[in-house]
Formats: sequence, structure tokens, C-alpha cells
Amino acid sequence: MSQTDLYTLAGSALFVIGLYGLMTRPHLLHKVLALNISSAGVFFVLVGIARRVPGTTPDPLPHAMVLTGIVVTVSSTAFALALAKRIFTETGTAALDASDVDVEEDAGD
Amino acid sequence: MTEWIMRQLPALVILVPFTAAPLAYLLGTKFGRPIALVSALLSQPLAVLLAMRVSREGALRYEVGGWGGPLGIDLVVDGVAAVMVLVTTVVGLFVTVYALGYFGDRERYRFFWPLWLFLWGSLLALFLSGDIFNLYVCLELVSMSAVALVGLTLRREALVAAMRYMLAAILGSLFYLLGVALIYGAFGSVDMQTLREVIRVDTTGQAALALMTVGLVLKTALFPLHFWLPPAHSNAPSPVSAVLSALVIKGSFYILVRLWVDVAQPAAFPGVSTVLGVLGATAIVWGSIQALRQERLKMLVAYSTVAQIGYLFLMFPLVTGGGPAAADAWMGGVFHAASHALAKSAMFLAAGTVLARFGHDRIEGLGGLSRRAPATAMTFGLAGVTMMGLPPSGGFVAKWQMIRASIESGQWWWAVVVVAGGLLAAAYVFKVVGPFFGREPEALDEADLDPGPSPWTMEGAALALALGSLVLGVLGQPLLDLIMVSAPALVTGVTP
Repeated sequence: MSQTDLYTLAGSALFVIGLYGLMTRPHLLHKVLALNISSAGVFFVLVGIARRVPGTTPDPLPHAMVLTGIVVTVSSTAFALALAKRIFTETGTAALDASDVDVEEDAGD
Repeated sequence: MTEWIMRQLPALVILVPFTAAPLAYLLGTKFGRPIALVSALLSQPLAVLLAMRVSREGALRYEVGGWGGPLGIDLVVDGVAAVMVLVTTVVGLFVTVYALGYFGDRERYRFFWPLWLFLWGSLLALFLSGDIFNLYVCLELVSMSAVALVGLTLRREALVAAMRYMLAAILGSLFYLLGVALIYGAFGSVDMQTLREVIRVDTTGQAALALMTVGLVLKTALFPLHFWLPPAHSNAPSPVSAVLSALVIKGSFYILVRLWVDVAQPAAFPGVSTVLGVLGATAIVWGSIQALRQERLKMLVAYSTVAQIGYLFLMFPLVTGGGPAAADAWMGGVFHAASHALAKSAMFLAAGTVLARFGHDRIEGLGGLSRRAPATAMTFGLAGVTMMGLPPSGGFVAKWQMIRASIESGQWWWAVVVVAGGLLAAAYVFKVVGPFFGREPEALDEADLDPGPSPWTMEGAALALALGSLVLGVLGQPLLDLIMVSAPALVTGVTP
């Protein structure tokens, strides 16, 4: 197994872990973090791909893609957090479906 | 000067809304409104000139900043891209005019103008992108501005719908990006023209295409991944609903079409085309039945979108075999995207007029609308003609092409779906339009709420879009010709 394969597998595993979190956790903060884990997985794959021919200089293009991806993820995470916060102030719960999370549980946030 | 404009056209169409957006943000509502209108008007001749240039010279390739590949970004304009730019620009103009009346100069909606202009520019950038990574960036730009627009009113339902939409949109983009990473790793390019020649149907290629397809299907809201669409599209302010249903979902669909019909060889994946077709057929039936069950007008229109998305996906099984059927399916699919964009935006705008005037959109309370708001009732009826696919409408031309493609390719069952979908659409359109000619509600106190006719710009803009969807049916030939300019080899049968 080459280094790139290892990175691709680890990245895919991270992607799936994030996906699992997004589907099972009702709390919006958990969902946003889960998406972040998934995107870290995708970036992992891209970083690994830059070195796919061993012994040569790494390809700069995937790095440029990861940097772009990070910029996109930072902005969308900030926006998602602001939206989640606003939902919490308006509805008193930080979940898409109010029945998923107890109001009391959230009162401590 | 003229020559310079002609040469820079692909960049100019994108730059106009992208320049107007930050200006509208910085200068506030008072100037945001005229800025949006000037940008919308300025975009019209540019989009028309671009379409004319493509139909005369064939596909154009434009190197942004003169960098060129592989590090620079290339814009590619072929027939289908020019059509999508044209549709976005025309729908955009009327939505802008409508929004001027709908939002007025109320300060709380001041962010509509910059966000809408950003969305406009992002959509155009998406349609003109020549590489799959730039498409990812554009997809995210489109999603972010669309999500912000859904939550614009800050009402509870709207915020929750926006969040649901956002999570689905980001997840869809990540699936897509993972596919892009695998493609670059295996084939060493993100440029679609290059990929067309080097892509192979091996394990990596299959995995990458599967991931990208799942992500894009989620973003296009194809059944059964449509859960986020009805709340998002119905809770958004109506001009936003119109843009979301008419244009935004077509962005991700457009990438899917490029990917399968243009880059990959769908014949090597016969299962995928069939699955997409079956999901499309299910969406038509399921979406229409759900539309019939709705009691609120905007929810009905949103479920109608779920159904109409289904037709777009019938393109895949019909195009796969090549030959004349592929050409007909290609024209039918793209034409459907165009005529649905006009008719659906007209419907949502009409629903918005009703909501703004009567304070509710319960279908049972809309009796006698043909006397109270004749232009709006007519808009709904005319747009309904395209939804049903009756002649002479754009929807008819699109469905006719699809039925022809089904018969030419010996897959008659898709034709049955197209016809059945038209009947179901007739059922939900008449559920709304029927009562318009009936008695006005008595027991309900709607009449008290009626503040009188809406601004003529609102009713006029919606009616113009509905009429546009009919005009497409009569004068659709130039558009069909444009769709075929530099079409993918699978469609034309000519290897470029």
C-alpha cells in the first residue's frame, strides 16, 4: 500500500465518520462539526494525492485546491454557526426538529 | 470598443452582477435597488450577444486573466451554457423588477439586493465553468447565497428551512469534492475537455462518478433526496422561491449533465442511467401527488418543482444509446429546464402577489381570484399550461422531444411517464385555478384584509414570465438550434 492510498483511506474514513455524525446527532452544533470532520477527510485525500508519484516534487495543484476548500469551509462554517445561533434564540432549541432536543438540556448552553 | 466587448463577453456577463453585488451591499437599500435594476438591464444585451456569438462561431474558450490551464481558470461557452445564461438573465430581470415592488425600500430586506446579485453572478460563473474544481467553488457560492436568501425574513420556519437546506447543500458539495479529488488523483486533470479523453471506467473512475452523482442529486433534490426542498422553497420570500425553483436547482443538474453526457461515457454505466431515469419517473408521480395534497399555494408549487425535476432526469436513459434519440432527449431535457424556469418563476411570483395582498396563501381562500386579481389569476393559468405540457407552450415542446426520444430509442415506457405526469400536473393546476373562477369566500375575513391591487410591476413581471413560457412553445426553434451548438459527441454523433 502506497502513502497516497493510506491517506485516501484515512480521509475516506474521516468523511464517513462526519457523515455518521451529521445523520445521528440532532444538535445543530454537532451537525456543523460533523460536516467539518467530513471536509477535513476530503482535504486529507487531496493532500495525499499531491504526492501520488513517489520520489518527485509534490504537485502544487491539489494544495491550491485544499486552500480554496479551507476558505470555503471556514466561511460556510461561520455562516452555519450564525444561523444555528439565531435558530436557538428564536426557537429555544438548537435542533431542526424541536422534539429532538430537550429545551432543558439546551438551557445550559 | 465593440470588438473588445465581444472578446471579453464571457467574463463581462459574470462581472456585471459580481460588481453590482458589493456596491449594493456598501451603499444600502436606497442605492441597492437602482444598482440591481441597472445590473439586470445591462446583463440583457450581454447575454444575447454571447448567445449570438456562440451560435455563429461555435463553442468559445476564454482564459480568465490570460493564465490558461492547468493553473488558470478557463471559461467554456457552448450552446447549452449559452442557453442557461440566457434563461438566468431573462428570469433574473423579471424577478428583479418584481422584487422592487415586493420588498419596497424596507430596511429589513436590505440584504436581498447584494445576495441576489451574488447568486446571479455565481450561477452564471457555474454555467460557464470549464473545469470540475471551479464548478465546486461555484456550487458553494450559489448555495451560500441561496441559503442566506431563504432565511432573509428571519421567521422561525424560514430559519429552520434555511438550516436544513444548508446542511444538505454542504454535504452535497463535499460528496462532489471528494469525487473531484479522486478524479484528479487518478487522471491528473480537472479540465472537462481533457478529462473527456483520459477518463477510464475503472474502480477509481466509478467511485468518483458515484460520489459526485450522489452529491449533485442531493443538491438537485431528486426523489428521494428532495426532503429539504419544499420547506426551503415555500418558506423563502417569493422572489427568492422563484429563483430557487427556476434556476438554482438547475445549477447542480447542469453539472450532472456535463459530467455524464459530456465527460463520462454513460453507455459504460447502463445501470446509472436507468436508476436516474427511474428516480426521475418516481419524482414525477410522487411530487405531483404530494402537490395535490397541499393546502397552501406555495407548498403546492414547491412540490410541483419536485415533480418537474423528475422530467430532467428522464434525459439520462434516453440519451445513453446515442443516435437520433439522444439528440431529441438532449434538446427536450435542456428545453424543459428553460421552459420550467420561466413557468415556475411566474407561478411563485404570482403566489407571492397573493400572499402579499391577502396575507395568506391557503388555496381554499382564493375563490374568485379571477375577479379580484385578474392578472395574477391569468399568470397562474398560463404557467399551468406549460406545467401540463399542453400546446402551444414550452413545456409541450420539451415533452414532445422526450416522447419522440422514447419511441426512437424503443423505450416507450418513459413516454407513458411523460404523459401521465402531464395529467397529474393538470390535476394540481386545476385544483388551484378552478376556484379562481368560483365564488369568493364568504365566511372567511379575507376581503377585509385586501388592501387593493398590487403594484403593476409585480403582476406585470409575473405575467411576462408566464407569457414567455408560452412564447417558447411557438418560437422555440432558435433555442433548440442553440442547444445543439457544439453539443456533446454522444448527442451529435460526431467526434469533435
